[in-house]
Amino acid sequence: MSRLHRFLRSPEAIAGTAILALLFAMALTAPLLFPGDPQAIAGPALLPPFQDWSLPLGTDRLGRDVLAELFHGARTSLAVGLSAAGAALLIGAVVGTLAGFAGGLIDEVLMRITDAFQTVPGFLLALAFVSIVGPSLGVVVAAIALGAWTGPARVARAEVLSIRERDYVAGARVIGMHPLEIAFREVLPNALPPVLALSSVIVAAAILTEAALSFLGLGDPNRVTWGAMIAEGRAVLRTTPFLSIIPGIALVLTVLGVYLAGEGVVETTAVRRSLS
Amino acid sequence: MTRALALIRRRLVGSVFVLSIVIIGTFLLLEAAPGDAVDAYIVSTGGDAGLIEVLRHRWGLDQSELTRLANYLWALCHLDLGQSVTFSRPIRDIILERLPTTLILMGSATALSFGLGSALGIYAGAKPGSFRDRFLSIGSLALYAVPGFWLGLVLIVVFAVDLRWLPIGGIETIASAKTGLSRAADIATHLVLPVSALGFIYLALYLRMMRAGMAEAWRQDFVLAARARGLSRRRIVLAHVARNALLPLITMLGLQSAQTLGGSVVIESVFAVPGLGRLAQEAVAGRDTPLLLGIILTSAVLVIVINLLVDLAYALLDPRVGASEAGA
Repeated sequence: MSRLHRFLRSPEAIAGTAILALLFAMALTAPLLFPGDPQAIAGPALLPPFQDWSLPLGTDRLGRDVLAELFHGARTSLAVGLSAAGAALLIGAVVGTLAGFAGGLIDEVLMRITDAFQTVPGFLLALAFVSIVGPSLGVVVAAIALGAWTGPARVARAEVLSIRERDYVAGARVIGMHPLEIAFREVLPNALPPVLALSSVIVAAAILTEAALSFLGLGDPNRVTWGAMIAEGRAVLRTTPFLSIIPGIALVLTVLGVYLAGEGVVETTAVRRSLS
Repeated sequence: MTRALALIRRRLVGSVFVLSIVIIGTFLLLEAAPGDAVDAYIVSTGGDAGLIEVLRHRWGLDQSELTRLANYLWALCHLDLGQSVTFSRPIRDIILERLPTTLILMGSATALSFGLGSALGIYAGAKPGSFRDRFLSIGSLALYAVPGFWLGLVLIVVFAVDLRWLPIGGIETIASAKTGLSRAADIATHLVLPVSALGFIYLALYLRMMRAGMAEAWRQDFVLAARARGLSRRRIVLAHVARNALLPLITMLGLQSAQTLGGSVVIESVFAVPGLGRLAQEAVAGRDTPLLLGIILTSAVLVIVINLLVDLAYALLDPRVGASEAGA
């Protein structure tokens, strides 16, 4: 049975993939379905959902179209989540490979730095970083990656430690390859699978951190984010709670989709491994 | 006991290194900030160039970076975190004032997620693959996907706005002049919602870990032996399977402390709880560099201490840990 076949037999994996597909569709079609500035005024303020079919989810305190904001927010969430997780995995893989392959003092120093990053709460670090450098999309991505690379680094190091004693690494040494070339061309690619298994957790955490940062007003002010939408709705929480609740549901579904799809992938590959 | 002592000694040495890296790292990060404490002070109060010079000199900001770092380290040795710009008070006093609230919030939330999470994990792991196992696994995953601050807002809408059962925020009723037990009860009612918001999202972690550990333990020989001895199912589940799955959860308690501390920043802001997390937000808003530095440092120390305690507990619970170090 193929891996894809097994993946499609798990209901969780299907649900997760469906949610993610819907989300990508939202992100890609946002400029087509809702051209123009999603932060522009579209109708009367505080219109409840399902009243006016030109504004299906109603409007917020300033009369902005909630559905348009939701679609454009999906773009930000996905862009930040994926790039922050990508950056974290890359940094982690490189640091872990260097530490594990070099050993000795380099290993010791790199791992103490990893310890230090794990000791400071990641969200506090991101908060400080964004508030210092100024909120923009790139800075938010960097801030999130800064607190998320330690897990991948540890996993990569552990994997490299077991790989570096293998015969093909010794072979590469014998033919005179440069140690850095061995580390990054022979060892790193083989150490990647367990590191990549972390990606769903890291993407999910990155999306949640981005939401929390923009909730506190530290997101990119020129972008619609779900976190900022929740914060905006908070001002009228008593009278119109739907303004905070709708983007929150979108966030929950997104993160859940990432978890479910990721778990499906890990499960199918794990089954495969135990069978072989 | 020598085992535990050896462990503490080794961990303390490691902690000093880690803490120095944290100090240097945050110092560099905050040095990179555009504008300094004097700019922030002038923006909020006004003043001329002469005052700026005087303030820069008084706060030691006109010296080189290395000198400032050395000054900072020297002050830290005396447990002096400097002066807060926004509060015009010693940072150590402000942090010590806010710390207990955060510790209570964190402690209660951790107790909630650990207690309920491991209990539900035992319930799910007693029968791996059953309906209740699948239901709890998916349900907890859904809970883990919820942003804490949003859960907080939903709880406010339901329990404080609609039902009016619980207060909407704050740590106690203002100017109520309550003392003793009634004050404690007042604080407890104020903490129900923030603790739930913080505790419920991390519940899934313990539940899933417990469940996975139990699924693993069921396959071990000692379970078969227990069955062969004719022990009741309940006894096997609790005293053999769950007990063996519990140890990794204790390690998780330590690893999770930094996360919970970070999570409390947002939760404290949602519920207007005057703790360390809210202070961090106030420091960001006021561009109070020394204060933010102090908070990050305090949290790092807190996380190190918690992990040390967790390691100690682990060493006492599991005789295998650190046995090799006692001889060394």
